[in-house]
Amino acid sequence: MLYVDKFRPKALEQFKLHGNVADNLRKLVVNGDCPHTLFYGPPGAGKKTLILALLREIYGPGVEKLKVECKPWKIELPSSKVELEFTTVSSAYHVEMNPSDVGNRDRYVVQEIIKEMAKSRPIGADGQRGFKVLVLNEVDRLSKEAQHSLRRTMEKYSAACRLVLCGNNVSKVIEPVRSRCLCIRVAAPTQQQVVEQLQAVAAHERLTLPPGLATRLAEASERNLRRALLSLEACKVQHYPFEEQQQVAAPDWEMYIKEIATDVLAEQTPKRLYQARGKLYELLTNCIPAEVVLRRLAVELMRRTDDQLRHTTAEHAAFYEHRLQEGQKAIFHLEAFLAHFMSSYKQYLISCGQ
Amino acid sequence: MQHQPWVEKYRPRTIEDVAHQEEVVHTLQSALASGNLPHLLFYGPPGTGKTTSALAIVRQLFGPELSKSRVLELNASDERGIGVVRNKIKGFAANAVGSGVPGYPCPPYKVIILDEADSMTGDAQNALRRTMETYSKVTRFVFICNYVSRIIEPLASRCAKFRFKPLQGDVINARILHICGAEGVTMGPGSMQVLSAVSGGDMRKAITTLQSAVRLRGSPVEQATILDVSGSVPAAVVQGLLAAARSPHFSRIQQAVTDLIADGYPAQEILLQLQEALLADTSTSDAAKGRILVRLSEADKNLVDGSDEFLQLLGAASFAQRTLAAPAHG
Repeated sequence: MLYVDKFRPKALEQFKLHGNVADNLRKLVVNGDCPHTLFYGPPGAGKKTLILALLREIYGPGVEKLKVECKPWKIELPSSKVELEFTTVSSAYHVEMNPSDVGNRDRYVVQEIIKEMAKSRPIGADGQRGFKVLVLNEVDRLSKEAQHSLRRTMEKYSAACRLVLCGNNVSKVIEPVRSRCLCIRVAAPTQQQVVEQLQAVAAHERLTLPPGLATRLAEASERNLRRALLSLEACKVQHYPFEEQQQVAAPDWEMYIKEIATDVLAEQTPKRLYQARGKLYELLTNCIPAEVVLRRLAVELMRRTDDQLRHTTAEHAAFYEHRLQEGQKAIFHLEAFLAHFMSSYKQYLISCGQ
Repeated sequence: MQHQPWVEKYRPRTIEDVAHQEEVVHTLQSALASGNLPHLLFYGPPGTGKTTSALAIVRQLFGPELSKSRVLELNASDERGIGVVRNKIKGFAANAVGSGVPGYPCPPYKVIILDEADSMTGDAQNALRRTMETYSKVTRFVFICNYVSRIIEPLASRCAKFRFKPLQGDVINARILHICGAEGVTMGPGSMQVLSAVSGGDMRKAITTLQSAVRLRGSPVEQATILDVSGSVPAAVVQGLLAAARSPHFSRIQQAVTDLIADGYPAQEILLQLQEALLADTSTSDAAKGRILVRLSEADKNLVDGSDEFLQLLGAASFAQRTLAAPAHG
């Protein structure tokens, strides 16, 4: 079992990080009721862990009996019939799904599941508690149409079904949906907290973790606890007992982006751009999201240039990232960003030379 | 009923109870008295009572029983393509009306409520044009939307338009006090002002925030709790970003933005509060303020389009830094 799963707190009382959020959640459900909620925060902050613990708080350990179901859905629409197959993780009390799995037909699926849930309301031991919970992951990737269709549905079926939404980028959730939810911000742990958690896990596993390595692991994780724990485990496989100077392996794709940045800074010619395009394609075909590539690339380039260029790079990155979202083909925008950077860098070099 | 959110529980049941929209309420009341209703188009920001008014009208016209057969409510959660307009809406519109029930006006027509009409396709709206006229003897339409510009002109010109304005602070306060009284909740000192400030004229947001705050910390409701659940960014954090933008070092704004995103603050909220902080600031020249505000608005638009929070915020902050550093031009 991975450390990430092994040391995941199960009940709300066990939370060390986000102790105050967990406390609030406990008070929230103390009389068996719960509003629609929206958890947002950066990846690896603990949103999912909080949601699972919240469900456990409401329904008891029964929610952990999960079944993964992949069933075909036949949805009758007035104008057409939609048949699709997708996977949900569910227990007797809740259903969890990734709307992005079903692409642009997500609105029908979300509607259908909510209607189905409203039909079969669970009855608790005390004879009440008549609602189920639908957990929607990656709500920022839910299409706008689906979000609009949630508006009235959330109110209509509010007696039978509660929604728990979970996403990174709350700006992508439309305002009417946000105003119907209790929004809970889950902040990423600070570097200090990450170090503490790493040490706690190491102590539990009877590993000696040198403070220097712990700090570097925390730094490399960029305040992402999941990532820190995974790289701790990777380090252990690599070399144990730990050494103070041990290398923290960065993910391959990050190394690759660093390589592109080095290439671009070394030479600014169309030929280089052509080579960079090959590498960008390589990243995209390996399913690294284009906005992640662009963000990392911008950060990497800004790290290696001076203030004047950083400003232009930041400006261009914001500009092309927006275009990326609007457009269809990611490669054009990534390449345009690089070309633009090359041109401003060249100009800067020439102006420095004179 | 125990699990009902307060927004539903305290939704006004009659048109008189709809707060703050005097012109709308007045016109609709006279329409109710005469039983003669034009086609209606309600538009305005979220949480101002559009859906509530529509539901209240049909309830007062037909009563709970007849509402089922006389009213068709369609919203964005229902399929509303051109096919539905051709079959379902047209079919419903063409039906003859039965006799009324005693105790309610029950005028001889049906009402079709199209909620969130701005998310209907242009084709579907076009298909409605003739339908509205043909069956106007037996059917009235109520369109509800946030943006009137997304309703095609031919439809809008067939309707009586009503704008729902954002609610004023004291109106929200009155309603909140009413709910507090009914639920046995007391408000701490100053929390009422904070609540109406964070709601921004959106009644639903005010009530949801209140209910969340009460659930989290119980009564009396403190200012800090309200700020906490409303998801607003602490003023100190925004001031920190502004201070970073005043410094000449790019690395400071990059660090500030990285921290803000890692703390999970919503970028749109940061932009909004940055704008307030900037406007309140006296040491910046008006020209510089103007330029920065334009850039902030662009960043906000990009965020709505689904852009990355980090890059957009960094772009805006970088622009602010350059503008603040540049010597003022008159």
